[in-house]
Amino acid sequence: MTFLRSRIFRSLQPLLAVLIGLVIGLLITRLAGENPWHVLKILINSAFGSRYDIGMTLFYATPLILTGLAVAIPFQAGLFNIGAEGQLTLGALAAAAVGCVFPDIPWPLAPVLAVLAAFFVGGFWGFIPGWLHAKRGSHEVINTIMLNFIAAGIASWVTLYVLKNPESQNPETKAVGAGYLIHHFQSFGDAPLSSAFVLAVVAAILVSVFLWRTVLGFQLRAVGQGESAARTAGIDSGKMKIIAMFLAGGLAGLVGVGEVLGNAGRFRLGFSPEYGFIGIAVALLGKNRPAGVVAAALLFGALHKGTSDLDLETENVTRDLSLILQALIILSVSAVGLWDWFNKGRPMVNGGRT
Amino acid sequence: MTIKTYVSCWLLLAAFLVPCAFGADFKVALVLDKGGRDDKSFNSAAVRGATKAKDELKGLSLKIVEATDDNAFESLLRSFAQRDFDLIISVGVSQADAVKKVSARFSNKHFVIVDAVVEAPNVQSLIFQEHEGSFLVGAIAGTMTKTGKIGFIGGMDIPLIRRFELGYGAGAKHVNPKAKLISNFVGVTSDAWNNPAKAKELAVSQYGQGADIVFAAAGASNSGLFDAAEEQKKFAIGVDSNQNWIKPGYILTSMLKRIDKAVFDACSDDLKGGFNGGVKRFGLADQGVDFSVDEHNETILPREVRARAEKLKAEIVSGKIKVPDYYQKKK
Repeated sequence: MTFLRSRIFRSLQPLLAVLIGLVIGLLITRLAGENPWHVLKILINSAFGSRYDIGMTLFYATPLILTGLAVAIPFQAGLFNIGAEGQLTLGALAAAAVGCVFPDIPWPLAPVLAVLAAFFVGGFWGFIPGWLHAKRGSHEVINTIMLNFIAAGIASWVTLYVLKNPESQNPETKAVGAGYLIHHFQSFGDAPLSSAFVLAVVAAILVSVFLWRTVLGFQLRAVGQGESAARTAGIDSGKMKIIAMFLAGGLAGLVGVGEVLGNAGRFRLGFSPEYGFIGIAVALLGKNRPAGVVAAALLFGALHKGTSDLDLETENVTRDLSLILQALIILSVSAVGLWDWFNKGRPMVNGGRT
Repeated sequence: MTIKTYVSCWLLLAAFLVPCAFGADFKVALVLDKGGRDDKSFNSAAVRGATKAKDELKGLSLKIVEATDDNAFESLLRSFAQRDFDLIISVGVSQADAVKKVSARFSNKHFVIVDAVVEAPNVQSLIFQEHEGSFLVGAIAGTMTKTGKIGFIGGMDIPLIRRFELGYGAGAKHVNPKAKLISNFVGVTSDAWNNPAKAKELAVSQYGQGADIVFAAAGASNSGLFDAAEEQKKFAIGVDSNQNWIKPGYILTSMLKRIDKAVFDACSDDLKGGFNGGVKRFGLADQGVDFSVDEHNETILPREVRARAEKLKAEIVSGKIKVPDYYQKKK
């Protein structure tokens, strides 16, 4: 048992879990009549095989880093943010709206403006349930779910009736002005990987500094660890919760930067394959710590890209089976918490460090 | 092991290997949209055409994939183009942007897109005159309705489906000027192609408002309408594929959109080296769109109604009737 508690084993746990999930998943593809070794090769090759593939993996990881943070920060303050999907929808819509309404703003200023719009509109959408929770005591889970629906409705309405692209059959807005577009990195082929990825990583570093190196961050975590104790110590718990939800919404809103400015050049309805909800799994997997979130997002990105070619390269692995494969790996990694349960009699919320 | 078994083993192996090595040198990829291969409608028709091409044309191999989300189209198309596929067929309007991007990047590959126009020398766009076929089933509905009210359920609210709606309403009004059209759409995103529950809700509501015949152009969502028709003992009209068999006795007819034929022809033309970029249109004249009569609906669709529809068809083909086209109306 001492080995199981050792630091080395702890840090290897997630890796081990990925391997276990992978083995189980590959055995299932064996049942479907595929050679598991072959499937594994396709998976790795599709995620990291070429510069383009690596670029796509990082591209998929970008929004997941942000939504992972958007779930992790409220977790640290004792809140559960299920609203990242709505926050990112409105953030992206805001970035596109600024770009459509003021198309002539020149380059360095335009993206900055769009980034601010995405951050503050997304942040506002997080602020609402935060404020309602702090001041009126209504439950943030219900409120964030409901706000997801409202955000989807607003996005549909704006896209179809206000900013509709008249040249396309697809539900999307007009293109943003040329000055808004962020260029793709040249070294990843045609992958739409842009500085939005750098932005996401920088955001993760800033969140880490904020939570563990500032007084405000300490107070925020204190509220999450024990609200009444924090209040006794003179911390304004309501304020901390509002800050946590505002930051979360803002970070989710930044997903729009990579999508609108870095990829499509416009807002497309339904562009997110539920990044906001996958963000919950990313945050849990990353143990609600920014570095963990980045690592988990990279894993999810690689899985998403890796499984995308399975349908194409094999005879029997359909899109459903590749989803099962993804889910199994996620499940086994999430089950890492079980180790802690056995060792300490309770799951570790905070990665063992307080 | 005797020499005989040894030799026959090798022969057996060779029999398996030879077709792989020499037979299939023309590779076709079919990329389906979110409805999936078993939508019994739009995507199914494309799958049928491509599978027929694989079975009947020598030296053609086929790979069918479904996209998991709207971001995946471009990745899939690119993966096929990078490999040794010769012809890549994209089904559905939501793939238009991806085809445009990828076809420009891989100018030596051939692409086909169904339902949208992509202007590039290496892209063939297959367009159907949906308004003409919808006019005919509209006329059938207008003749057969007892309440004077007919319904329309569209999948995703896009001009393509508005085109069905406009033709359908015009057909009904042509034979029955007092006919009233109740119209709803399942949704505004591509998920609308695969939401039978919502389609059923809309159908039940339309039947409740007095409609006795409902036409749905909603991909895999159509099955919701058919369930509602059976429960309420009312009539439905299917779309794209011949859907009469799904609920025999409740499906009056189906507006056929012969994607299967168009996809088959695209494969066979390209195999023979006769690929042409540009737009190919399919209408009533070449049976690219039509209405279906088979053993499942001949008892419920009276002979004289059929005869009338056939007469209208001839009049549209000869140009005597002009069917309003939503695409023209918009411009």
